[in-house]
Amino acid sequence: MSQLATIRSHNRAEIRSVLQSDILRLQGFRTNQPAGKHINLGSLLSAFPHNIFPTSAVHEFVSESAENLAATSGFVSGILSTLMNDGGITAWISPGISIFPPALKQFGISPEQVIFIEVRNERDALWTIEEALKCKAITCVVGELNSISFNASRRLQLSVEESHSTGFILKKGLRNVGTTACVSRWKIDPLPGLTDDLPGVGYPAWRVELLRVRNGKPGIWNIGWRNGAFVPIHQESMNTETQIRKAV
Amino acid sequence: MESRFVSIWFRYLSTDWFSMRNDTLRENPFVIRAPSHGRMVVTAVNAKAEADGLTKGMALADARALLPDLEVMDDDPNRVQSLLNRIALWCIRFTPFVALDPPDGLIFDASGCTYLWGGDEAYLTDIRRRFNDKGFTARLAIADTPGAAWALARFGKEVTVVPKGKHLEAILSLPPEALRLEESIALKLHKLGLHQIHQFIQLPRQSLRRRFGPQMLVRIDQVTGVVKEHLEPVRPVVPYQERLPCIEPVSTYTSITTALQQLLITLCERLRQDQMGIRKVVFKSYRVDGQVPEVTISTSRPTQHVSHLFKLFEPKLGSIDPGLGIELFVLEALQVDDQVPVQEDIWHGADGGLDNTELAELVDRLAGRIGDQAISRFLPEEHYWPERSFRKAASLQEKPITTWRTDKVRPVRILSRPERIEVTAPIPDYPPMLFRYKGKLHKVVYADGPERIEQEWWLQQGQHRDYYTIEDESGCRYWIFRLGHYDDISFQWFLHGFFA
Repeated sequence: MSQLATIRSHNRAEIRSVLQSDILRLQGFRTNQPAGKHINLGSLLSAFPHNIFPTSAVHEFVSESAENLAATSGFVSGILSTLMNDGGITAWISPGISIFPPALKQFGISPEQVIFIEVRNERDALWTIEEALKCKAITCVVGELNSISFNASRRLQLSVEESHSTGFILKKGLRNVGTTACVSRWKIDPLPGLTDDLPGVGYPAWRVELLRVRNGKPGIWNIGWRNGAFVPIHQESMNTETQIRKAV
Repeated sequence: MESRFVSIWFRYLSTDWFSMRNDTLRENPFVIRAPSHGRMVVTAVNAKAEADGLTKGMALADARALLPDLEVMDDDPNRVQSLLNRIALWCIRFTPFVALDPPDGLIFDASGCTYLWGGDEAYLTDIRRRFNDKGFTARLAIADTPGAAWALARFGKEVTVVPKGKHLEAILSLPPEALRLEESIALKLHKLGLHQIHQFIQLPRQSLRRRFGPQMLVRIDQVTGVVKEHLEPVRPVVPYQERLPCIEPVSTYTSITTALQQLLITLCERLRQDQMGIRKVVFKSYRVDGQVPEVTISTSRPTQHVSHLFKLFEPKLGSIDPGLGIELFVLEALQVDDQVPVQEDIWHGADGGLDNTELAELVDRLAGRIGDQAISRFLPEEHYWPERSFRKAASLQEKPITTWRTDKVRPVRILSRPERIEVTAPIPDYPPMLFRYKGKLHKVVYADGPERIEQEWWLQQGQHRDYYTIEDESGCRYWIFRLGHYDDISFQWFLHGFFA
């Protein structure tokens, strides 16, 4: 129910702010965080309205190579672990199962709570993602696609608005990046690991690029994953909108 | 109406079963054995062996000493039970009330049935002839009480017909065992010189009870008919099948869906009463021209949910070609499971986990379109070999029996088949300096390893793998391994996975 009707005053600014909050609510942005679902992404959260990671929404991740996709899978798994920490279920829809289930445990996910669905073609994939997003028993849906049209993404967005689950679309290849109705578009690149000047590979670290976010501020952040939580990397944290390519 | 009971005794039930499958056994002495207290004991003998002096309960070694060329078969404790059950179900043609009388008999309540065969004598002769045709040796008796029929089947003639009201006289000359007494009591009676029933049946009841226990009086009362014996009839399994005949042949899609809906409602109602749920169900449409197109669906867990089942059928209904018309619809549950009704939640939250009905219904829907095999859940397995460290779960509800290992870092994405790479490695067992994957050269900056994983020889033979976690100059992390020793003639490097 809109709060607009209750506003008697003709103050334009007030009307505008109420309208804005209504729109945000409908788009899956919340003003208050449900208990236990706070995703500790540090300063990255400032990119979103109300500093809250939108959960009833579809996020889009683009990756150009297998290395990118692995980094994206890791980052998404980190977000999933918070969202499904109370026994929620994730559906992972992909053309072939290339996730190594035991590795998900490192990101705080119980791998047995993830249902992997193998699809033969993009049409089946879209249908399956939509069905899974509509299901209230599923907390998160991860779908791996080659491309997604605006109409298809709109359908997915409409599905989550009803079920309040969270969708993650992992798109392979940068060529088919078009306009979508997804709430945000991310690009995750691997960074050299957090070694603390010790020998070896260290903890995973990523360059998280928020290319587009509806009603928010895009930017670039460096984030690592250590001991089951995201850790911000401060050395070159920058919020430079100039670096963002206009084309995507 | 007076009750009439038939007792059938299959004297050589289990040996007859073997003889029916192998004719040569019938001609030779043959026993069935089972282990008991560390030795082999004869549990059943056939007629030939019995004639040669072998008995049930004797040690197999003794039996072999008597008859060196004795045929021996292994016993299966469930065989006789299931055989008897099947015979009982088959016997429903003689009377609606057939009770099992373990270990090797049946009791019929044949009241009002025998006149269809033209009398008691003809009734028993027909049953006996049919069993003999099949190969079973059967002894039968008909009397007014189950107890008397039991006694006469075992201790009377091969076919004994006791006229109405004469059952007491008929058993008087039988030994005390005919009363279905415990072995110890029968032995005691024999020791006291009471070798026939008439010698003690008239004795005062108090003294019988004091000396032989209350069981004895119950058995006597059951034979005489003072106490009615409780018998449990076998019930044939009724298939979960619903039929819907049409007055006129139908051919429209709407009428097919209506028929399906009707059938689902009645079938699910029946299942609900029996606390069963559908796992697999087939919908058959009998066409006018004799063809029977059918549609089958299966569910991941038992369900009685009509609209869910209908949704599963819906995409497949289009494949039913009505032809000139369908005159009969049949819905049959091919597989059902117990489904105990659960208390309904007040709030249908998203937190039902894997037990959530909505989730099961979603999985069914997906399986209907993209196939059952495409949907998998993984559980941990206690293996070091990466490909074997997890396995597919059999069902949505299956719980892991072991924990996921987290002591070693594993790549989040893995190649289903490791891919060959070209590598420059400085000295044995050092991580490589350079490697080329898909034509691109990667310079290794950081590395962890080696972590040697051996083949599990009891599962598979082959070379071990030495795994390295490496990071190249752009920060990409890889999982690579060398198959075999460095100084082997044929060692190879593979890329197996990508770290996050």
